[in-house]
Amino acid sequence: MSGFLSRERIVAGPGWSRWLVPPAALSIHLAIGQVYAWSAFKGALEKGMDIGGVASALPFTLGIVMLGLSAAVFGTKVDANGPRWAMAVSSACFVSGFLISALGIWLGQYWLVVLGYGGVGGIGLGIGYISPVSTLIKWFPDRPGLSTGIAIMGFGGGALIANPWTSSMLAAFGASGNDPDTDGIALAFLIHGVVYAVFMTMGWLLIRVPADDWRPAGWDPAAQKTRAMVSRAGVSAANAIKTPQFWLLWIVLCFNVTAGIGILEKANPIYQDFFRDSSPAETLTAAAVAFVSILSLANMLGRFLWSSLSDVIGRKNIYRIYLGVGALLYLALTFIGETNKAVFLLCSCLILSFYGAGFATIPAYLRDLFGTYQVGAIHGRLLTAWSTAGVLGPIIVNAIADSRADIAGPSKYTPAFLVMIVLLVLGFVANELVRPVADKWHEPEPDTTRTTGARA
Amino acid sequence: MSEQARSTEGRAPVALVVLAWAWVGVPFLYGLWQLVIKIPALFGG
Repeated sequence: MSGFLSRERIVAGPGWSRWLVPPAALSIHLAIGQVYAWSAFKGALEKGMDIGGVASALPFTLGIVMLGLSAAVFGTKVDANGPRWAMAVSSACFVSGFLISALGIWLGQYWLVVLGYGGVGGIGLGIGYISPVSTLIKWFPDRPGLSTGIAIMGFGGGALIANPWTSSMLAAFGASGNDPDTDGIALAFLIHGVVYAVFMTMGWLLIRVPADDWRPAGWDPAAQKTRAMVSRAGVSAANAIKTPQFWLLWIVLCFNVTAGIGILEKANPIYQDFFRDSSPAETLTAAAVAFVSILSLANMLGRFLWSSLSDVIGRKNIYRIYLGVGALLYLALTFIGETNKAVFLLCSCLILSFYGAGFATIPAYLRDLFGTYQVGAIHGRLLTAWSTAGVLGPIIVNAIADSRADIAGPSKYTPAFLVMIVLLVLGFVANELVRPVADKWHEPEPDTTRTTGARA
Repeated sequence: MSEQARSTEGRAPVALVVLAWAWVGVPFLYGLWQLVIKIPALFGG
């Protein structure tokens, strides 16, 4: 591949600071993280286009499914073509999703919103999510957990920005309330598309890959090798999915995400059911909204803090905490949460911080096991676990809650929480079974006379 | 260069580094602030 988007054009010169790479990655992740603020559009679309709740959720659901699929399908291409290509394609797809949706709303054709935001935009989500991961890992071989934690924290932060921004824009265009103006909704989609196009441009203009022989100052690659789980050899994406380690991590990620969704999916009603008797009715609703907000904060901060800690204590140990301590926290929530608000808040926040951290630490875990040679493609394939959990989690939580609709109070959630504990324990066991990848899967040592070895 | 790995870093223009972090930091702080102001309601504020 040649031209402006090619990898060869973005090899950093000697003076390039690696601290310019995280903001480049963040400009993509903060944008595509908007997907978690889709609910800000839902009310306006339902009333403005006269559709139901299931229909208004379709663009989001399709978007998350497309995220996992496109990350898996295009992962190898992202590794081959480089991060600028991936970020530019992601930007084009994500922005097109908004523009197609705006057109669909103007024409009164809701299927265009589903196709545009969910289908085309969803491809942008998947490619964008994995686009900076392997590049960051190569720029920060000494702190891979910290670097991917920053970027993936951005994905959580994207909704923080988009939620209030979208709501205030819809209100300004007369597109909120009981009779929203559909032209106002369409205009909001159009402006989102334009602003995100400009915002994401910084990412693909600024991104650089390190030269093959670049090393951080003072970093000794030999020291990295001293950890038993860390491999310096590379494994291809095609071979990685043949190893038990890949599928064990798939289970770890899937169950960790499912357990987090157990709270995230029903955070508002869970809070109200736990504290209905101990809080005045007039403050309960506002407190429940605040509870959801504080969980978002915990989810986001966990991505950065716990992932950074994994650089110190190792990836296997940090997942022992996410899964093992997570199961104990769910247990405490089930049996003590109702009687003590402080314990309830602490447990909930830690569980959500582990949920976010599970996403943020997995690229570094993959790097440790499979090396940096196609880690982006392997990460893309692993994200199918996220898509699976995205379906599995809400089904478990909602099915159990629906079957116990006649039960009041915290006991309504006891079976769902117990299922989450079982899933976390299974994830813990899967993590315990992870061993270094067998040598037979490693790529041959690169020929030093060639320059095609390491790819960011 | 192939014998001795390059380790130079940190000499990019300061203005570019500041601009890049401000580009992502300002919207992020806006979102964070909007979230933080909701939290007092959790404690009856």
